[in-house]
Amino acid sequence: MSRTTRIAGTARKRGTLLACTAAALALLTTACSGAAAPSGGTGQAAAAPGKDDKLTLTVYSKFTSREYEVVTKALGKLKAKYPNIEVKHEGNQDDDKITQSIRGGNPPDVAISFYTDNLGAWCSNGSFQDLKPYIERDKIDLNQIPDAVRSYTEYQGKRCAMPMLSDVYGFYYNKDMFAAAGLSAPPKNTTELFEAAKKLTQFNPDGSIKVAGFIPTMPFYANMAQYWAPNFGAKYLGQDGKSHLAEDPGWKAMFEFQKKLIDFYGGHQKLEQFKSGLGDEYSADHGFQRGKLAMMIDGEYRTAFIKDQAPDLKFATAPPPVLDSIAGQYGGGFTTGTIIAIPKGAKNAGAAWELIKQMTLDTDTLVELANGLKNVPSTKASLTDPKLKLGDEFKTFLDMYDSGKLVPNPSTPIGDAHLKAVNDFAEKWQAGGVPDLTEGLKKVDQQVNDELAQKGSGG
Amino acid sequence: MTATLSAHTTGSSSAPVTARARARRARHRRTVLLFIAPASLGFLIFFGYPLIATIYYSFTKYDLINPPEFVGFDNYIRMFTSEQLIGKAAYNTLWLVVVLTVCRVAFSLGVASVISRLKSGVGLVRTLCYLPSLAPPAAATLAFVFLFNPEFGPVNRFLRLVGIDGGLWFNDPAMSKPALTLLALWGSGELMIIILAALLDVPQEQYEAAELDGAGPIRRFWHVTLPSISPVLLFGVVNSIIYALQFFTQAIVAGSAASGTADVAGNTKFIGAPQNSTLTYPVWLYVQGFRYFNMGYAAAMAVLLFIVSAGFTWVLVRRFRKSQHQEEGA
Repeated sequence: MSRTTRIAGTARKRGTLLACTAAALALLTTACSGAAAPSGGTGQAAAAPGKDDKLTLTVYSKFTSREYEVVTKALGKLKAKYPNIEVKHEGNQDDDKITQSIRGGNPPDVAISFYTDNLGAWCSNGSFQDLKPYIERDKIDLNQIPDAVRSYTEYQGKRCAMPMLSDVYGFYYNKDMFAAAGLSAPPKNTTELFEAAKKLTQFNPDGSIKVAGFIPTMPFYANMAQYWAPNFGAKYLGQDGKSHLAEDPGWKAMFEFQKKLIDFYGGHQKLEQFKSGLGDEYSADHGFQRGKLAMMIDGEYRTAFIKDQAPDLKFATAPPPVLDSIAGQYGGGFTTGTIIAIPKGAKNAGAAWELIKQMTLDTDTLVELANGLKNVPSTKASLTDPKLKLGDEFKTFLDMYDSGKLVPNPSTPIGDAHLKAVNDFAEKWQAGGVPDLTEGLKKVDQQVNDELAQKGSGG
Repeated sequence: MTATLSAHTTGSSSAPVTARARARRARHRRTVLLFIAPASLGFLIFFGYPLIATIYYSFTKYDLINPPEFVGFDNYIRMFTSEQLIGKAAYNTLWLVVVLTVCRVAFSLGVASVISRLKSGVGLVRTLCYLPSLAPPAAATLAFVFLFNPEFGPVNRFLRLVGIDGGLWFNDPAMSKPALTLLALWGSGELMIIILAALLDVPQEQYEAAELDGAGPIRRFWHVTLPSISPVLLFGVVNSIIYALQFFTQAIVAGSAASGTADVAGNTKFIGAPQNSTLTYPVWLYVQGFRYFNMGYAAAMAVLLFIVSAGFTWVLVRRFRKSQHQEEGA
């Protein structure tokens, strides 16, 4: 064999090897992308199971410990109608795990999420099945659920989840501190809130904060832009679906109010020092529960924490104060909640829908869940059920829920990117790092719009 | 004829020899391939495939659920033009690469040097210094957030006793990364043990010879210790750079714990606090990929991270080899 022939042979072998490698890699890559697209979600309602059908429904939720037991018991009520259906409830499964199970082609039959942040993304990419065919088939009247709650469980008209229970964010105040400061009623607008905060705040001899009337910095407990925004009439997206924070007077009013309070306390640094000495949000050392905060905005679930962790605390609740110029909005506030859905590729979609109906529309189940989890039951009928035992302080949240003035976060395909952008800005703003509020908000708009555009092209 | 016969004889006897040798070589090659097959397969499956897949996804729009859609260089263009937070994330990681690498190697070398000189209790001290590296990162970070709590943390209490205002640590954007660096130093026991082994491996005769030549402790360290342990130090530097480039858990836990926004189940609602000073490049990559479902963009970020990591390693190894050659030449 000549040298030339050998070289040609070697080159051929190498060529073949390269071609094989390239083919194998292409195959691997294609195989991977193929695996990422599970089947399911045909657009038609799957048939309801027969009364005696024997099957097991898998449910993923993030509930743990005591709450897990409450939800498991409620899920078990399906047995009354379908005695042979077992429900396997897997707790401590967060949104990431739900997504992974869907893309891995092995999703649960029912997915429960604590947050509505990912709903837009799940709806738009088909992770959750469209529930419209089921709702139409079973002639479900969605008007029994308030508008705001219906809004945070759908994306661009596509209903891909149902509300299981709702969270409503109200105003908490310490009754003893109010009495000591000569305050007889909770503030209804931001001017009154500012004056009350001044009266209720106590400073140490060295100028540091001893008790704060109302802490304005973000992020801190439920102090996040999304929980405050409805009280200032601030909106995330314009009619064109794009972010227009810089043009919205509500956002400017909110940030200016925040800055005014920070200046009253003597600056951001002093508040950070005080904040760092308060306990964690869900610990017994929570600042409000320890008498270090006189007022705060928080969800209805705080009533359960106070009952459990600080039973002697004398507190009351009210709707959050609103910006003076939108006094008509008083009585409403921010709402979000737990959502429940059928993931793409669910093996028992028909039975899953029966379970969802049980968990979201059955008054007895909702009342039992609300009593156990201390959340707001999501249908209008369950709000007035005599079996509802949630305490006097909870009434505020039930009234707010029925007020027609609740505001949810908008469902977007970008997860919580818009919320992170606004909260990042709030942090920088309150620390004095933004010289021009409007220009700063324009940058936030750019950031959010870039993320929104990303869903149109790229990544 | 004789010549012809002899040539024939030689030819006929050499042919089986060559064939046998070829068969032996083939057998040898098969044996070698068999032995390296598990490692090669592992490399292909756990490194080769993910790398190729990541490069492929970086040119696609991919939401983790639907099939990827080819978009050319869109993700890379976005990375360098419109996306605002990637610059902040890259800066934070670069800060950690520079400061953490220098501090980690210097700290490990310092501690190892002290231990190597101890006359008694070496085992105990060595164990105590190594133990923190076994602590789970999330638990260690939570402990550090408590220790450095501005109001009631033991560190600031002690500092107040001696008249120093300790600052806000994890609650201050200017101090959060130095606090994370302290945490990384506390957990650098593994590197310390590796350097200690290298220090103990330096031939004693070289120190004695240098001492006889009148070299003091600094010159002995500079001319005997450092050249002897330089390969290990190079490993330490490369290891620390990669460690800093992949800094994730500690950053995410510290940010959420210090801001008090971790929820009941331990998940964080707020990443990067305070003021995105703990938003590292891998954290942002995770957020883009798994929270915003921009896996194509996240893959592009991962490719860039890979290129930078490989680049750092390549430059360092080259410089090290060059300096070694120069030393050998001298």
